[in-house]
Amino acid sequence: MIQLKVNGRDVSVDVLPDTPLLWVLRDSLHLTGTKFGCGIGQCGACTVHLDGVAQKSCQIPATSAAGKAVTTIEGLSSDGNHPVQQAWIAEQVPQCGYCQSGQIMRAASLLSKSPKPTDDQIDETMSENLCRCGTYQRIRKAIHRAAGQVTA
Amino acid sequence: MTAVSRRDFLKAGAVAGAGLSIAISLPSCAPGPRKEVSTPLKPNAWVRVSTDGMVTLVVDRSEMGQGVYTALPMLLADELDVPWEAVRIEPAGAGKEYFNSLFPSQVTGGSTSVASAWMPLREAGAKARAMLVGAAAATWAVDAAECRTENGVVIHGPTRRRLKYGELAERAAAMPVPAKVTLKDPKDFKFIGTPVKRLDLPDKVRGKATFGMDVQVPGMLVAVVARCPVFGGKAKTWDETAAKQVPGVKQVVQVSSGIAVLADGYWNARKGADALKVVWDEGKGASFGSASMHHDMEALVKKAGHVAKTAGTGALGHGGPQVSAVYEAPYLAHACMEPMNATASVETGRCTVWVPTQYQSGPVLGGGVQEVAAKLTGLDPSKVTVNTTFLGGGFGRRVMHDFVIEAVEASKAAGVPVKVVWSREDDIQHDYYRPPTYAHFAASLGADGMPTGLTARVVCPSILASAFGAPKTVFDDSATEGIANMPYDIPNLLVDCTQPDWAVPLGFWRSVGSSQNGFLVESFIDELAWTAGKDPLEYRRAMLAAKPRHLAVLELAAREAKWGTPVPDGHAVGIALMESFNSIVAEVAEVSLNTDRTVRVHRVVAAVDCGTVVNPDGVRAQVESAIVYGLTAALHGQITIEKGRVVQSNFHDYPLLRFQEMPVVEVHLIDSKDKPTGIGEPATPPIAPAVANAVYALTKQRIRRLPLGAIPA
Repeated sequence: MIQLKVNGRDVSVDVLPDTPLLWVLRDSLHLTGTKFGCGIGQCGACTVHLDGVAQKSCQIPATSAAGKAVTTIEGLSSDGNHPVQQAWIAEQVPQCGYCQSGQIMRAASLLSKSPKPTDDQIDETMSENLCRCGTYQRIRKAIHRAAGQVTA
Repeated sequence: MTAVSRRDFLKAGAVAGAGLSIAISLPSCAPGPRKEVSTPLKPNAWVRVSTDGMVTLVVDRSEMGQGVYTALPMLLADELDVPWEAVRIEPAGAGKEYFNSLFPSQVTGGSTSVASAWMPLREAGAKARAMLVGAAAATWAVDAAECRTENGVVIHGPTRRRLKYGELAERAAAMPVPAKVTLKDPKDFKFIGTPVKRLDLPDKVRGKATFGMDVQVPGMLVAVVARCPVFGGKAKTWDETAAKQVPGVKQVVQVSSGIAVLADGYWNARKGADALKVVWDEGKGASFGSASMHHDMEALVKKAGHVAKTAGTGALGHGGPQVSAVYEAPYLAHACMEPMNATASVETGRCTVWVPTQYQSGPVLGGGVQEVAAKLTGLDPSKVTVNTTFLGGGFGRRVMHDFVIEAVEASKAAGVPVKVVWSREDDIQHDYYRPPTYAHFAASLGADGMPTGLTARVVCPSILASAFGAPKTVFDDSATEGIANMPYDIPNLLVDCTQPDWAVPLGFWRSVGSSQNGFLVESFIDELAWTAGKDPLEYRRAMLAAKPRHLAVLELAAREAKWGTPVPDGHAVGIALMESFNSIVAEVAEVSLNTDRTVRVHRVVAAVDCGTVVNPDGVRAQVESAIVYGLTAALHGQITIEKGRVVQSNFHDYPLLRFQEMPVVEVHLIDSKDKPTGIGEPATPPIAPAVANAVYALTKQRIRRLPLGAIPA
C-alpha cells in the first residue's frame, strides 16, 4: 500500500510500485481530470502539482509522490474559480479541452512563482505542454490576464 | 428488452436490469442540479420545453473542440426565443432523425455541422416557438398573429398579457406541429452573429468534462491490445503465461486486430500486453517501405491516370516559356491529444457503447458505431445504445471504428464491460494516415507571363479504397481536390490522377485532399509568378477577375497584412489562397530562419469567407486551430514506413508545434449574408504554401517537399 496526500486528503492505494502517479490518480482514485497523452513526458497533459510545483505525473512513480502534497485540477481551487481557470474562460481558451487541465496546472505553477511573467518566461514554461487544437495564443493572453492575481 | 433512450438513460443515471450506471458530465448554462420536472413539449428531435421553463436542446454532432455544443444550440435558441440561461444541452443518441443532411448519416465531419444545421435547427426552434404562441393564443382566445415572444415569454400585444413558456408547455404539446414557419429576419438575430461563450468550458477548465478515456462502468476491465506492427498482419500464435502473471491481469482474449489483455487498470493491462509473446503473420505488407513507395511514385507520375478535370484543350500552350516542378507530401498521423479508446458492454440482447466518435450511425462508409456494433454482436441496431462522450480531438480520425470494434469484441469475449485504451505509440503507429502525394506540375506562360495552360499529374492512393473497401473503379476525388477546383482563370487545364494500392491504411485528415494539395498548387502558382517576374499577390489577383468572392478574401488578407510594405531585415512574407468546404481562406505568413536554418513563422494574417458567421469567436478559434494544425504538418509532420511498420512512435519523433513556435495569428472575417459554410478545416490548406512561399521570397529556395525542415543555404 502506498500512502498519498491528494488534494488535501490522505489516501492509500494498492498498486504495483512502478505504477506512475498518473494511473493512480486516474484508475485508483478516479480523478480523471488529469489526462494521459503520451506516457513519456512529452506532452504535459498529465501535469499536476507536487508541493506546488508543476510535474508530469506520467513520469513519477507513485512511490516517489509519497510524503508530498499532490494537487490535481480537481483540487486547484475549492470552487473551480482559481484565477487561471477564470482567465481560461474569459479568453475562451479550450477547444477539445483534453490538454487543458495540464495547461492550467502548468500556468498556475508559473504564476505562483512569477506573478507577472514575461512573454519569454511564458514561452519557456508553457513549451512543456502540447495542445493539438492550437490554443497557444489564447493561453498566452489568459496567463497575462491572470497575472498578478495568483498568490503562492 | 426495451431499448432505453439516451435521454432516459441519462436522466435515470442507471438502466434498470443492466446494472450499469455512468455520469456523463453535461454542459449547461443553468447552474447547479435541477429538480425533475415534466417536459411535455417535444415538437421534434432537438427541442424540449419543461413546465419550469427550462429548455433542453439536443446536439446531434460530436464536440471535438470545434464548438458545436455552442453553435448548434445558438441556432435553436435564436428562433425559439429563449434566454441563454434557460438552455441546457444534451448530446443526441444515435438515430436517423440526427442524420447529417449532407452525407446522409450521423457524422461530424467535412466541416458541415453548422452548414447542414442552419435551416433544420432554426426551423426546429421556430416550430416549437409557433406551438407555444399557438397555445397562448388559445388560452387567451385571441388571434396568434397578435402575439409575439420575448425571452421565453409569449406576450399578447393589445392587452400585454404574458405567459411563460413553462406555463404553456403542456398546452403547446397538444398543438399541431406546423408544417411551415417563417424564420427570423437576420437583423433580429439575438445570438447568431454574437460571440457567445462556449457552454463546455466551465467543465473543461475544472477537469470535469467526460472524455471517452474517463468513462467508468461498474465491473469494467481496461484492455490493452497487442497489434501486429505490420499493417494487415495477424496473430499466428501467442503465449499468455507471463501476461497472466502480471498482478491485476484478469483475462486475455483475441480480437480481430490482435490480442487484448484485460486488467483492473491501464498500467497493469499495459504491463500484461508487454509481457505477451505473440508470433505474428506479417503478411505481404512487410515488404512495403517509404523508399520503395517513392520509387513507385516516380514511375507512376509519368503515366496517364484518371482525368479529374479538363478545360480548353487540356494541354499546355505552345511558344511561351514552360515551367515544371515535382511536389511531394508525406503520410501524416492525426495525433489527437486523447489517444483512441472506446468502452463497450455486450450483454444478452443489448450492447452499450461509450465512445468519442465522429460517426454514430448511418449507412455510408460501412456504417456508424451503431451498425458496426450490431453486426459484431448479431443484435438489431436498435439494441445498440451509443453514448457520445467529449472527443479529445477528432480531425477525421474518429470517423473510423477500429477502437470500437476492439472494445465490442473484447467485451463480448470476456463477458464484462471493457474499456480499450490505446497508448500514444499505438495511436501513431496504427492510424488511418493522410495519403502521401506526388505530383508533376507543368505550365506554359503567355507573353504577359500569365499561364495559358497548366497540367497536374497526381499520384495519390484512394482513402475510399483503403479505409472503406471501395472498388478500384471508384475514383476518390479527394486526391485532386484543391487542384481540380483551383479558382484561377487558366484557359487550358488538365488534372489527372493515379491511385496506387498500398498496404498503409488511409483516412480523412483535417481538410483531407486540400491539406496537401494546397501546398502543391499554391506553391506552383507562386513559382509561375516569380518566373513571370510578377508580384505573387498581383499574379493571383489577375486570375481572379471572374471570382469576386475569392478576390475579396485575397484583398482582405493582403490589406490587413500590409502586403508590399517593408518587413524587418531577415524576414519575408508569402501568400496563399484556397477554397475548401465551400469557404475561402487566404493567408499571409511572415517568416525568418532560425540559426539552424529551420523556419520560424512570426505572424499569420488570415482572411476568411465562411458565409454568415454564427459564433464569431468560435470561428476565430477554428481558424487559429486549423492554422496550427497545418503549420505543424508544414514544419514537422512526417510518417515514414520501413518493412511495413511506422518508424515514428510518439511526440519525440512525431513532434507537434510547441508554444514557443506559435506565431501571432490574426483572423479577419468577410461580412457575408450568405448561408454558413465550413470552418473547422478550411484554414488548414493555405498555411503550408503561404510559409513555403515566404521561404522562397526570403531565400530563393523553392522547397517542394514537406515537411520544410532546414532550408538549404
